[in-house]
Amino acid sequence: MEIKPPVPQIPAPVWKDIKDLQEWQTRHQRRPESGDKHSALFEQVTEGIHAFPGGFAVTTVADGFLNWARKSSVWPVSFGLACCAIEMMATFASRFDVERLGMVPWASPRHSDLMIVSGTVTIKMAPMLKRIYDQMPDPKWAVSMGSCANSGGPFRHGYHVVKGVDRVIPVDVYVPGCPPPPESLLNGLLLLQEQISHFRRTGHRADPTPKVD
Amino acid sequence: MTAERARDLLAKISGVTVGDEGTPVVAHVPVEQWQGVAQFAKDTLGCGFFSFSTAIDWKADGLEVIAWVDNLDANVSVQLRTKLGAGNTACPSLVSVYLGADWMERECYDMFGVQFTGHPDLRRILLADDWEGHPLLKSYAVDTPHPPYR
Repeated sequence: MEIKPPVPQIPAPVWKDIKDLQEWQTRHQRRPESGDKHSALFEQVTEGIHAFPGGFAVTTVADGFLNWARKSSVWPVSFGLACCAIEMMATFASRFDVERLGMVPWASPRHSDLMIVSGTVTIKMAPMLKRIYDQMPDPKWAVSMGSCANSGGPFRHGYHVVKGVDRVIPVDVYVPGCPPPPESLLNGLLLLQEQISHFRRTGHRADPTPKVD
Repeated sequence: MTAERARDLLAKISGVTVGDEGTPVVAHVPVEQWQGVAQFAKDTLGCGFFSFSTAIDWKADGLEVIAWVDNLDANVSVQLRTKLGAGNTACPSLVSVYLGADWMERECYDMFGVQFTGHPDLRRILLADDWEGHPLLKSYAVDTPHPPYR
């Protein structure tokens, strides 16, 4: 039996022609070129060891240990914006329990490494979000959770919503969904841990490898 | 007090035209009588509860302000409407009659730019103080850029 293509045929989208993606290319925030702030002494010592013959073995082993430590104690700041925060709370609670991954929701940005932007970011809220993000010590990460935080979602063409939280802060992992169920967020957090485990010596971030399910 | 009685009483006021039968009782009020009719609704019709206030942008015909008041004992709702006319944004405030109108009229000013004369504290309530324009007006472009975040 001959299988006919459906009529009319829908042309495949040309991604670079999509206006919203063009906007994303020009408007989204990137991490500063200078990288994370860290101790100059630590950098000198590690660079010295690395330059020493055979020293790379030491730094590689130390990297492995430090990356394991880093990714096993990512503390998200308790920061919920909208209905996605309910799913985030479910992820933190006993059934999905991200605490077994070392993630303790912490009520202070100064002790936190991760900000899960869970919900709609309004133009009025954006300066406060930026302030909380700036209060977090380096190295820090951001997970954009849900359609609203990714792109503005259903409110993208409204008057008061920021079209994606990446216009305010640099984002590492985007979790799609409206709202994303706890499993999605958990998957996003595991992807983030995967990213964190590729830190190179003296805490330089590796280029993230995009992963799409 | 019933809806029919309220409609008859409102129809007797000169200048006021009432809507068709049924609930709520709709009264179209000239702007000059706005406060007076609201006072009448509160005292005579027993509508002590100010439910909400909003506006409609009729484009070329200007704005129309709506106030919804309820008589909770008799289950009678009265909808007061007034057309401000083209290009006019001034409307008398109902705060002197209903204290509950305070924040509602601030929201109405925030979204539609209706200038309520006699309002004790007319400033924006939901949007930031430095916001430009009034977003629920039909002339407001939806994708108005709002630096630095959009």
